[in-house]
Amino acid sequence: MRNLLRWETALVFLLVVVALAGQVSTDGSFLSGGNLFYLGLDIAEIALIALPLTLVIVAGEIDLSVASVLGLSSALIGWLWNAGWSLETILPAVIVAGALCGAVNGLLVTRLGLPSLAVTIGTLALYRGLALVVLGDTAVADFPASYTSFGTTPIPGTDIPYPIALAAVLAVLFGIALHASSFGRAVFAIGANEEGARFSGIRVKRVKLTLFVLAGAVAAIAGIVYTFRFSSARADNGVGLELAVVAAVLLGGVSIFGGKGTLFGVLAGVLLLGGLRNLLILQDTSTEVLTIVTGLLLLVSVLAPSITRRVGTLRKAAP
Amino acid sequence: MTATATAPSRRTAARRLTTRVGRVRELGIVVALALVVIPTAIVNPRFVQPQSLRDLALNASIVALLAVGQTLVVITRNVDLSVGSVLGLSAFLTAQHFADHPGTPLLAGIGFGVATGFACGLLNGLLVALGNVPSLVVTLGTLYVFRGVDYALAQGRQVNASNLPDALLDLGGSRVLGVPVLVLVTVAVIVVAAVYLRSYRSGRELYAIGSNPEAATLAGIPVARRTLTTFVLSGLIAGLAGALWVARYGTVDAAAGTGLELQVVAAVVVGGVAIFGGSGTVAGAALGALLLGTITSCLVVLQIPAFWQQAISGALLLSAITVDRLLALRLAKALRTTEGTSHA
Repeated sequence: MRNLLRWETALVFLLVVVALAGQVSTDGSFLSGGNLFYLGLDIAEIALIALPLTLVIVAGEIDLSVASVLGLSSALIGWLWNAGWSLETILPAVIVAGALCGAVNGLLVTRLGLPSLAVTIGTLALYRGLALVVLGDTAVADFPASYTSFGTTPIPGTDIPYPIALAAVLAVLFGIALHASSFGRAVFAIGANEEGARFSGIRVKRVKLTLFVLAGAVAAIAGIVYTFRFSSARADNGVGLELAVVAAVLLGGVSIFGGKGTLFGVLAGVLLLGGLRNLLILQDTSTEVLTIVTGLLLLVSVLAPSITRRVGTLRKAAP
Repeated sequence: MTATATAPSRRTAARRLTTRVGRVRELGIVVALALVVIPTAIVNPRFVQPQSLRDLALNASIVALLAVGQTLVVITRNVDLSVGSVLGLSAFLTAQHFADHPGTPLLAGIGFGVATGFACGLLNGLLVALGNVPSLVVTLGTLYVFRGVDYALAQGRQVNASNLPDALLDLGGSRVLGVPVLVLVTVAVIVVAAVYLRSYRSGRELYAIGSNPEAATLAGIPVARRTLTTFVLSGLIAGLAGALWVARYGTVDAAAGTGLELQVVAAVVVGGVAIFGGSGTVAGAALGALLLGTITSCLVVLQIPAFWQQAISGALLLSAITVDRLLALRLAKALRTTEGTSHA
């Protein structure tokens, strides 16, 4: 009974409902390979960034600057490409830059003891601002087709987009890191009780710093994906994406107070939002319905535990 | 006997340091404002002419207004991310109400916007206080819900100035004794909120809740009711800001105020309100909004590319919280030392 009430179970159930509804209402084209390819592309960046952000939130912190790091890395790609660098050097450089952005967040949070919410609202503006300084309001679009095709064609012989394959590989790595390693246990311990974690010998600051660096690096990778998918490097790429990613993570059942959550739930949350969006677009429904549904799901996801708790106490009180 | 005689003087010394650090915050923003305004004025003297100062205050007033409501919420260790959406919804509904009922008296129409904000704030407050769930998640959820409702109601339409009564549009441009009415409304809200936080029991209790929610509960403070009140007030003020937005800009679609929430939180934090509650003033938050707005205008006047604006406000926010933190660490050290000597 307890397992049935788990939020992840509810998410999977909702996913099945959406898939069936999609299948029926579109005469079977919803689950076709072609449509799933576009669905996958559509959620690629959110799926990527949600992975490290899950760990950050489980550790009791938050990173609102991820979408700005995405924009900054996109702007850097355009700028360095204009400066004549080769893409083989640009891509690693951009990932390092993203990791540095994450390190700045992490150092401000761990060394100065500043709240991550305030720090990353600051760096949200700072990194987006730097992106604008680097590239202005111009767009760079003359990338070689061998790169941009990664964002527009599936892996040969399948319907899997390259970015989703990348996200899947990273999801396995992050899943192992969070759920099957001592690092992951440290992350949960910090989120549940930071002081307790420190007293049990966990290097809290170092773990948190690592998480912010990972978030920055993966956000930069998402920036690369975004740039090649639209084959356009712009400073305003991904504006406002941070709240969508946070919403996806929280919808996945991760507690905003830290210490609770699974990567599986988050992936189910990302898929659910992406599936709903795709379904509504297929049916020519305007996307404001999706906005409302996103908000409502988020509210249900936080209210559900307190409702089940209340139901539980009632049942205990009854006999 | 001597020990009891000297201890109070040391305690007052510590207290004096506390109040000084408290005051330094608003003073720091004023100094920062001067540092921004004076060089700009030297380069371009027209910058300090009445007309451009009026524009400066007018541009900052809507964010400042939202910052006042946000301060009330943040002081209690909560946050209201839905303010941008509430403003948008209230702005559209107010504009549409005026357009559909041309005879609506000015105050009744604005009251309609305020009532919209009140309803949104009440929903937020009930979810946070009764559902006992984190406000960040609740208001992120309602941010989407309110904005979605806004888009669903607007259906892609927009209300233009030609459909709005002149009385409302005049409000956006009119002045009393040279000061724009919108600025006066903002100042009035700031003063009322400041007096409430300073001198009313329930206002003081907000600080107690933010400093230590459990202790506040044990002390008999009705935490849930106070929390509900702050969200209602924040929604109400966002509703008012929405109505004023219509007066100021004249044209409203469903996207009004998108993304404003992070600007407001930034203004509040720059203004010295601790993001984890328990300290801060509405005046500081309003000054924070003014500072961020002024920087934007100065960059325009100094002909620095507007691209720099966001990077600079981000850097400013980071330095503001860093300075705050360093001051707090020094204060804690100072308090420890005075305590240590009085024991000896």
